[in-house]
Amino acid sequence: MTLQQMKPMRILGRAGFFLLVLAIVAYTVFPFYWAIVSSLKGGAALFSVEAWPSAPEWSNYTAVFQEQPFGRNILNSVIVAGSVVALSLFLGVTAAFALGRVQFRGRGFLLLVILGVSMFPQVAVLSGLFELIRALGLYNNLFGLTLSYLIFTLPFTVWVLTTYMREMPMELEEAAMMDGASPFVVLTRIFLPLMGPAMATTGLLAFIAAWNEFLFALTFTLTDEMRTVPVAIALISGSSSFELPWGRIMAASVIVTLPLIGLVLVFQRRIVSGLTAGAVKG
Amino acid sequence: MVERAGTIQQQRQRSAWIFLLPVLITIAAIAGWPLGRTIWFSLTDARLDEMEATRFIGLENYLWLARDPEWWVAVRNTLVFAGVSVTLETLLGIIVALVLNAKMRGRGVLRAAMLIPWAIPTVVSAQMWGWMLHDQYGVINEMLMAVGLIAEPRAWTANYSTALAAVIAVDVWKTTPFMALLTLAALQLLPDELYEAAEIDGLGPVGQFFRITLPLIWPALMVAIIFRTLDALRVFDLMFVLTGNSRATASMSVYARQQLVDFQDVGYGSAAATGLFLVIAVVTALFITFGRVRLGGEAGR
Amino acid sequence: MIRLIAAILALLCAAPARAQVTIAISCGAVGVEFQMCREAAEAWARETGNQVQLVSTPSGSTERLALYQQLLSAGSADIDVLQLDVVWPGILARNLLDLSPHVPREALEPVFPALVENNTVDGRLVALPWFTNAGVLYCRRDLLEKYGRPVPETWAELAETAAFIMQAERAAGADRMWGYVFQGRAYEGLTVNALEWLHSHGGGRIVNPDGQITVNTPQAVTAIRQAAGWVGTIAPRGVLNYAEEDARGVFQSGNAVFMRNWPYAWPLLNAEDSTVRGRVGVALLPKGGEDGQHSATLGGEQLAVSRHSRHPEQAIALIRYLTSAAEQKRRAIVGGFNPALRPLYEDAEVLAANPFFGTLYDSFANAVPRPSAVTGRRYNQVSAEFWNAVHAVLAGQMEAGPALDRLERNLLRIGRDGQW
Repeated sequence: MTLQQMKPMRILGRAGFFLLVLAIVAYTVFPFYWAIVSSLKGGAALFSVEAWPSAPEWSNYTAVFQEQPFGRNILNSVIVAGSVVALSLFLGVTAAFALGRVQFRGRGFLLLVILGVSMFPQVAVLSGLFELIRALGLYNNLFGLTLSYLIFTLPFTVWVLTTYMREMPMELEEAAMMDGASPFVVLTRIFLPLMGPAMATTGLLAFIAAWNEFLFALTFTLTDEMRTVPVAIALISGSSSFELPWGRIMAASVIVTLPLIGLVLVFQRRIVSGLTAGAVKG
Repeated sequence: MVERAGTIQQQRQRSAWIFLLPVLITIAAIAGWPLGRTIWFSLTDARLDEMEATRFIGLENYLWLARDPEWWVAVRNTLVFAGVSVTLETLLGIIVALVLNAKMRGRGVLRAAMLIPWAIPTVVSAQMWGWMLHDQYGVINEMLMAVGLIAEPRAWTANYSTALAAVIAVDVWKTTPFMALLTLAALQLLPDELYEAAEIDGLGPVGQFFRITLPLIWPALMVAIIFRTLDALRVFDLMFVLTGNSRATASMSVYARQQLVDFQDVGYGSAAATGLFLVIAVVTALFITFGRVRLGGEAGR
Repeated sequence: MIRLIAAILALLCAAPARAQVTIAISCGAVGVEFQMCREAAEAWARETGNQVQLVSTPSGSTERLALYQQLLSAGSADIDVLQLDVVWPGILARNLLDLSPHVPREALEPVFPALVENNTVDGRLVALPWFTNAGVLYCRRDLLEKYGRPVPETWAELAETAAFIMQAERAAGADRMWGYVFQGRAYEGLTVNALEWLHSHGGGRIVNPDGQITVNTPQAVTAIRQAAGWVGTIAPRGVLNYAEEDARGVFQSGNAVFMRNWPYAWPLLNAEDSTVRGRVGVALLPKGGEDGQHSATLGGEQLAVSRHSRHPEQAIALIRYLTSAAEQKRRAIVGGFNPALRPLYEDAEVLAANPFFGTLYDSFANAVPRPSAVTGRRYNQVSAEFWNAVHAVLAGQMEAGPALDRLERNLLRIGRDGQW
């Protein structure tokens, strides 16, 4: 292939790539854009299709904070999702080290049991968890929520981290073990720094899963001060029982999605920088 | 020397159990009771409003379940839904991850943009799509009509023939970021030298992907697929919000929930939930066998 | 006057002496409804020296019912007073207090009898009616006048008028115009709509109060076949997935001639920014035929006391306060809630605030209850079977006859041959 032929090919490739990026962005972002548009509409304008509201209204945004302790709800969600991430990463990493780096009998069985926990539909687990949480005196308590969320974040975290652990080269710890380092030291000093991308990814996914959970949050909390964001959004309502206050629901959704986008912007650097080219050299 | 290696191995195993203990205790504590209880109730005639008068009836609930045509419709719906949506999500997720892995300006923003669908609470996004797919004032119809793909507005979620497809489309939108992010993390682990070597060998981009990238990210990809499949098989709120309890799209979870909550039939509903568990267990077993997922294999490469 | 002062004094003295209790009440999740409930409950608290705690619940009725069931079946005392949809008394009865020993007969005298009947399960009065509701027909008055058509009296007339105006309007350029929108999604709302079709044709109430299944009658077949004929002709196909708000959306943007909905839509249709403001009329739902009747399904909300409440006495006092004539009058005037008490429909102040209370009185007084009392805790199952059968016919998946045959067989099985 000569240089002259190469150039148009290259440009074509570039253009194709650019179009692909554009298509992906349009597909993912358009509904969010539509949410913003809807949040700026009031009343009957909702039922019309316009690319941008002719008379944008901000009233929906102020209404969200006036009608309920929405700031408090966001804080609750941050606390719950944050502690879920911290707990599942801590438990996940220690378990992953054991399951991914050490050979012992029953390892595969344990992995399957952990996976089995997430094979039941949420609604089937609900009653049992409800009893458990009441028995522990954690009803209407944020820690009760944190505990119940571990049921779906833990299996996922353990599995993903175990897979990554296993992919790490053997030489990494051999050297350290020769020096007589304890498993704890090997885990914290050698593996943790290298697990950056995997931890950031699973942490992010667990955070969002906890942030968005609805059924448990609704059932295990009672007062407005203890509600988390999805429940608070579901409790937003119109002036009568059938009316759906779409504009305000959309405004609330936009408000709660923004911190997540910020979080991704911060975390994505970890995803990139955890392992750059050739960092894994025995 | 041999003796020493043996004790090190024993030490490691002992510490492995210590490391595992917190997770096992946590899982036993929070999942043991709820799951055991569900399985127990599936063998009884428990009802939500009179749990005290519960009677053991053996496998009777399961026999009823196996004979209920609606359950099998739900099983079929769920399998079709999971099969199609997970396949699409995996393919799209890999493409998105490869694009985001390319070195270019503004990829931080792109990554954030890509995650938006996953970040919006399902309670909201399902309703939002319901609104966008609406036959009279939905923006999807407007756009398709503007492009000329359809002549008149369609009732996407109302027609039996398109309802399941609409649900799948929304799920693909919602969860592709999940697959993409996990694939991206796996791609980040690959050292650049591999590709440098491949370039010297004269492998094209497609060849590089199938010969080098895919085999290396396979374990991580399989885990992502397994968890996505688990989620897809338990799908509930998407269908519930988009099409209500319509039997044309009801999933196994919708069925179980209707029995457990709406009909207060805890025994039968628990049997349906356990049935769902069994279906998932079979699918997972197939994945683990044919996807060559290592459960207890050698550590390291 | 002296007696009043004495009463107030007695109250003031008695209040601190009595142990104060906190009653948790879950009522109206939404806007005005929630506001009014809060005001009234707090007024009661001040009068009696107790405290109230308002628990907000989702406005979606499925989620609220699920939450109540979860709390009640766990024997939780976290909510003392619950607001129930009209079809829930039968489902939750076992966990609700029997109020009949605490409510004198004459207090129930002015209440619509259908509501009392609805809230009495196995001889126990488990909830007090708070406000009532019934389906009404909304029509575009301006379009009817433009084409010189009367408000339809029968479903056949409605279909004919709707088709005529729809064609004419479409020819005139309004290509999104439809004739009739209703609630056709596979959910409780379809049961409500279809019961109106059946009953207006004299086709029974799905299950009669004596437990007999009356769903497979020639009239029912006619009624449902007729409704299936609307889908895709005068009603958009999307109606198969419409709930209340979807229907209102189409009607309010001026794209439908008729709509079946609850009275809640009235103030919204006439709001400042509504496209159809001032052009809407409200009428009785059509009759099944010349010898049919006007039928509207009963809706509305009740107040009940949990069996697990730690302070049943005060909780009962609270719901009696909330359902008192004075409070229902206030709610009717300020919030537009249909009182459950008959005399209030002759009250000048109430009528001044809500003109159509008078003209549609019959609709509210004779509203048809869904068979929730007789089917008790199996009501949801009956309703799901019913709406699924109707939905299949509307969607063109089944013929009305075979669908109702199968429905009857299923209901017989669920209801153990009518014994329930």
